[in-house]
Amino acid sequence: MNRSQPALSREVTIVNELGLHARSAAKIAGLANRSKASVWIQKGDEKADASSIVDILTLACEKGTKIAIRIENKSDFSILEDITELVESGFGE
Amino acid sequence: MEKETQEIIIKGINASPGICIGKAYLVDSEGVELVPKYRIQDKELSNEVKRFKAAVKNAKDELRKIVEKSPEELQHAHILETHMALLKDKMLYGRTIETVKQESVNAEWALKKVVSNLIEVFQTMTDPYLKERSADVVQVADSIMHNLVGTKKVNIAAIDKRVILVAQDLTPAETSQINLERVMGFITDRGGKASHTGIIARSLEIPAVVGLKNATASIRSDDLIIVDGNSGTVIIRPAEDNLVRYEERKIDYEEYKAVITSESKAPAESADGVSLAVMGNIELPEEVFALLNYGGDGIGLYRTEFQYFNRPDFPDEAELFDKYKDVVEAMHPKPVTIRTLDINGDKALNKQFSVEEANPALGLRAIRYCLKKPRVFKDQLRAILRAAAFGNTRILFPMISTYFEIREANRILDEVAESLEKDGLPYNRDIEIGAMIEVPSAVIMADVIAETVDFFSIGTNDLIQYALAIDRGNEQVAHLFQPLDPAIIRMLKHVADVAREKDIKIFMCGEMAGTPHHIPLLLGIGMDELSMNPQSIPDIKRVIRSLNVADTRSFMKEVLKQTTAKSTFELIKDTYGDILAERLYSG
Repeated sequence: MNRSQPALSREVTIVNELGLHARSAAKIAGLANRSKASVWIQKGDEKADASSIVDILTLACEKGTKIAIRIENKSDFSILEDITELVESGFGE
Repeated sequence: MEKETQEIIIKGINASPGICIGKAYLVDSEGVELVPKYRIQDKELSNEVKRFKAAVKNAKDELRKIVEKSPEELQHAHILETHMALLKDKMLYGRTIETVKQESVNAEWALKKVVSNLIEVFQTMTDPYLKERSADVVQVADSIMHNLVGTKKVNIAAIDKRVILVAQDLTPAETSQINLERVMGFITDRGGKASHTGIIARSLEIPAVVGLKNATASIRSDDLIIVDGNSGTVIIRPAEDNLVRYEERKIDYEEYKAVITSESKAPAESADGVSLAVMGNIELPEEVFALLNYGGDGIGLYRTEFQYFNRPDFPDEAELFDKYKDVVEAMHPKPVTIRTLDINGDKALNKQFSVEEANPALGLRAIRYCLKKPRVFKDQLRAILRAAAFGNTRILFPMISTYFEIREANRILDEVAESLEKDGLPYNRDIEIGAMIEVPSAVIMADVIAETVDFFSIGTNDLIQYALAIDRGNEQVAHLFQPLDPAIIRMLKHVADVAREKDIKIFMCGEMAGTPHHIPLLLGIGMDELSMNPQSIPDIKRVIRSLNVADTRSFMKEVLKQTTAKSTFELIKDTYGDILAERLYSG
């Protein structure tokens, strides 16, 4: 493993009161749709396609849920950063 | 002319007890809006996908117009933008297109299938807020559906408040589409007490009045209505005094129900010490809890059709096994009597591809259908025998009309057991097998059929229909549907006598078993077990406790002398009126 390469995955906690709801999921999907390769959201053993609002919703992430955001191609790194920031900021709500 | 706000009182048939007050939800004259399914030719598939894409585009344009009109700062506009994004979501949009292509079906059906699967996922969520998120998906899917079908009809699956459902009639396939938690009562123009709507309402413990003739003509959606399922009364747009009166009655009835339920757990033992199993009929695994609450000693009839309705394919063995196992385990050690498929499965799955029958009640259904479709039958039998490894299970074969049928059913059951043995799966073949006695020919041949089974279960609804040639759903003749007709009583007596002679058990699982004033007669005939809608169990147990079985035997001698249903009823009233009068509510 190359140490200089940034990690392709970030762990974040859902901070907004209502959890990952349709509007916040839509914001994530909006970003993920610009990626070159797949972007995943992992909650425990389950993972969802970050470009699908519906798939994100079916993960059922309440406030306090820890999720990992994962990219498959390092050229999508900025998208990983943007999504992480979005979740950490509570989707600006 | 009367004003539209005038109170109207109409009387119908009290099909399920209870009182509810709420807003009407009118289902159009065609019945519940059903999503059609049809096959698309391979060369037409790309056009079908185009049609779907066009519908999505139209839905998107509609939304965009609304968004453009809304001021930027409005929360509502954000929701609509989310909906616009959802329209193209791969789990909805992409999957629907995949389903059209893979299954060669129309876009409406594909969309419905995709959405139902998604809703199921949401239903398993525990957080109520997240669970509600499925509403967005449903709304978006509805807007596509409207554009596909070209109507602006409200989708019944999407009702988001509790309503009273008003319809001309509801078929089992239609009721299976309704989100039943959202229905607090049913009223229908057609149907009798034993109609499907009545059965469903009773099992859900919500009031229903049926056979109202033209309720749908006098009621509009959102009208306030009172449904009194005890007396069979419906009040449309009630005046203040009736509203107050029925609020009080509703409370009284609920108190009565609470009292009677509290005594129901004790066994039903007659005054002279004869105990009788009082069982429940169920249709959905979810009803097990209510059944145990009402003090049921087991399940005398588990109707298994529900899993076959409203889906494109047959449920597989694993899916059936899961449900049966749930029920068997939850009831253990109490017995669970699983009735094999009692419908024409092809019809349940797909109305489009099956042949219309002029007389479905006399047509290819139940055991006839199963013997013709051994694959479907074997899947179900394998699931039952496997579930039987987890608790007290019985099999009941419906609509046996010849000895050949019961012999064949048993032979196939043996085959299935062998195949399970070969597959090395846990199963139990050593369970009780029963024949449903509901066709007059089976009554006549009872002595022969008895040789091949461990018990008989009399299905009175069908037996009465076939013996008296009465369509119980036809309100023109529904009054002739008489359980107390001497012809019926003689048949019951004959079957019970044969069962005793052949040393097999005799059960009853029709509506008749759940009617208090029939109990003296059924005890006199010598029933071993009665099975009924769960909410009737407490009252039936109370009646049994107050009766003396020895007395009912001599009472039977008098009953057999009667020549009409009316005189039989009078005799019951004269002899046992005091016991039966204790009931606070009839029906």
